[in-house]
Amino acid sequence: MTIKTTLGERLDKQAPLVFILPSVIIILFFSIFPLIVSLFIALSRLKFVKGGVELKFIGFLNFKKLIFGSQQYHLLGTFDQLTPIGYIIISLFTLIIFVWFIRYFKSQKISITGSIGRIVVSGGMFFILLLTLINLTTPKGLPGTLVVTLVYVFIGVLVQFLVGLGLALLCVKKIRGRSFFRTVFFIPMMITPVGIAYLFRMLTDMSKGPFAPIVTWFGFEESSWEVIPWGARTAVMIGDAWQWIPFMFIVLIAGLESLPTEQKEAALMDGAGGWQIFRDITWPTLLPVSVTIILIRLIEAFKIIDLPNVMTNGGPGIATESLSLHSYFNWRTMDLSGSAAVGYLLLIVAVFICVSFVNLLKNKIELAHR
Amino acid sequence: MKIWNYLNKKRNIDDISVLESIPLYTILGIWAFICLFPIYWVLITSFKEAYVVNQGPFYIPFIDFQPSLHAWEFVFLQESLNTLKPFFNTVFIAFISAIVSLFIGSMAGYALVRIHYRPKIASIIFFLLLLIIGVFFVAKYGQNWKIVLVCGLSIFILFLLTLSRRFSSSLGNDDIGFWMISQRILPPVVVVIPIYIFFQKLGMLDTYSAIIITYVAINIPIVVWLMRDFFFSIPIDLEENAALDGATRYRIFTTIVLPLAKPGLSATFMLVLILCWNEYLLSLFLSMTDTQTLPLMIASMNTTRGPQWWYMSVIIITMIIPVIVMALFLYRFIIRGILVGAVKG
Repeated sequence: MTIKTTLGERLDKQAPLVFILPSVIIILFFSIFPLIVSLFIALSRLKFVKGGVELKFIGFLNFKKLIFGSQQYHLLGTFDQLTPIGYIIISLFTLIIFVWFIRYFKSQKISITGSIGRIVVSGGMFFILLLTLINLTTPKGLPGTLVVTLVYVFIGVLVQFLVGLGLALLCVKKIRGRSFFRTVFFIPMMITPVGIAYLFRMLTDMSKGPFAPIVTWFGFEESSWEVIPWGARTAVMIGDAWQWIPFMFIVLIAGLESLPTEQKEAALMDGAGGWQIFRDITWPTLLPVSVTIILIRLIEAFKIIDLPNVMTNGGPGIATESLSLHSYFNWRTMDLSGSAAVGYLLLIVAVFICVSFVNLLKNKIELAHR
Repeated sequence: MKIWNYLNKKRNIDDISVLESIPLYTILGIWAFICLFPIYWVLITSFKEAYVVNQGPFYIPFIDFQPSLHAWEFVFLQESLNTLKPFFNTVFIAFISAIVSLFIGSMAGYALVRIHYRPKIASIIFFLLLLIIGVFFVAKYGQNWKIVLVCGLSIFILFLLTLSRRFSSSLGNDDIGFWMISQRILPPVVVVIPIYIFFQKLGMLDTYSAIIITYVAINIPIVVWLMRDFFFSIPIDLEENAALDGATRYRIFTTIVLPLAKPGLSATFMLVLILCWNEYLLSLFLSMTDTQTLPLMIASMNTTRGPQWWYMSVIIITMIIPVIVMALFLYRFIIRGILVGAVKG
């Protein structure tokens, strides 16, 4: 009996460790450890030999090949001289950054970390904007996987958020059949992206799909979205939006419902219009939720792979290839080091965008909470 | 005039008049159509003969075309295709990984709410350094990884027992929680190659345990994130009383905390189950023939003769029907899971 109690007591003393260690070990083992191994693979040349793999350390050559060398067209796209519109946009952006810095240095809260963070954020944004402009607005420029991923992420998430917000604003009214509509809107979210990819391939078939009569009526039946780069990209984004608009909608409607009605009634009494109520009352309270769900979607959108892989197989050419898919294609051709290098670049870009997003909007969220 | 007033009448501010409701219902109806039509189209395609599909679009069964069960018979009764195996694989892997990750993750979530941890920054940095050095040794000089592992672990434990007491700065519970949740940002393609090589070395590729433990690792951050918020809302009094009566932490956790957190547990379970059910990338890397799951099977159906939509529709339907049924019946549960993460987080 005495031995048993001491054993129990001993176990109880170790309880804090027992509770948290399984998770910590699993995460260490399947996230941190692979992350480090991946870095080594990215920095070396990997060969399959008898009985395993052979690593040969070659430094940053893999990254050099991707960014400056023979794979540059694949990752960064094809370059060309900027057009006048491109110059105007880039100088406008520089001006905004300049004003932003002047205002920051004039304010009283300057710190070293704050300044460094701002310099890094504006530098990264400048690079991304420049690359996007070179790829997309010039006559000879073609986007590589980096810009294609950014297009999926930014345009996709923005469209999803706006449509979700619109639907939520409509649906928050106390109408009949509200729960029916919500349940229906919820369904697409549950379907696997692979299934959605095939669904949309069936639906967008130009001669046998359900919309074929409309297409024929417009006289487009000869052309196909699959061979036009922007058509294929739009198809991928529509599939993604179809799945994730419901997510935005469900979270935003919960945010709208937690809004007290008294404020709105008082504003209506004072003669405020619908737009004014939205801008001054609804939007500020909705802002924290919006930032959170946009962040969640940003994080997930960077990982997009199943939709372009199944819908278009990355084609035409590399027009719909996302960074994840680029990495997977490298892996399939047994170029494991190149695959790991692309994966690492994706990680860096994703972390950079998400962290700057959070830091840029932190002040606004805190203001709204007050 | 009376009718006009009736049409414009409102009872309170969130109410709408009949006149307003017409455009509203139109927009909602259009969106409901957008959501449902693709699913309807797959459903009827699965009942079409090949020549019906190839002749062009037909919309309504029995009027436009004669439905037939040939695709369903082919997919489920043909021995060579063996559809049932991927289906059972998917069910088995999804359920087991959801249960395991829920258990491990909710333990960590509970611990992060009720127990105060102070991991020393110095030991974390030391651990990472050792890890990098160890990986370097194995990669560069081809050392036996077992020896390196044992050496590294013993050095680390020595460090914990001796030197680490001299350092005072440490992290808190919020930092651990943030660290766990931030794992979501990691793209799976970055980590999946080392995991693939690792399982290849152990000879565990294409086994259930390899896939399940990888799914668990991917889903633990979500479980920790959601369950932490649920445990915050559970009053501490009951647990304190039980602790005064001499109950151990394990007893408190299993008999008091878990029953109280049932709504949260079921919501999280549903979410994780659906995520595992739909997982594609990891199984693409880790499974081949024995553990093939449904998403993989569909993706590989694109044969040289061009996609055979009627067969693929059948498989898509079998894959999404369980999820949709779950979504319809457990709508409120799942919503609660999503909302806790997003609205409070």
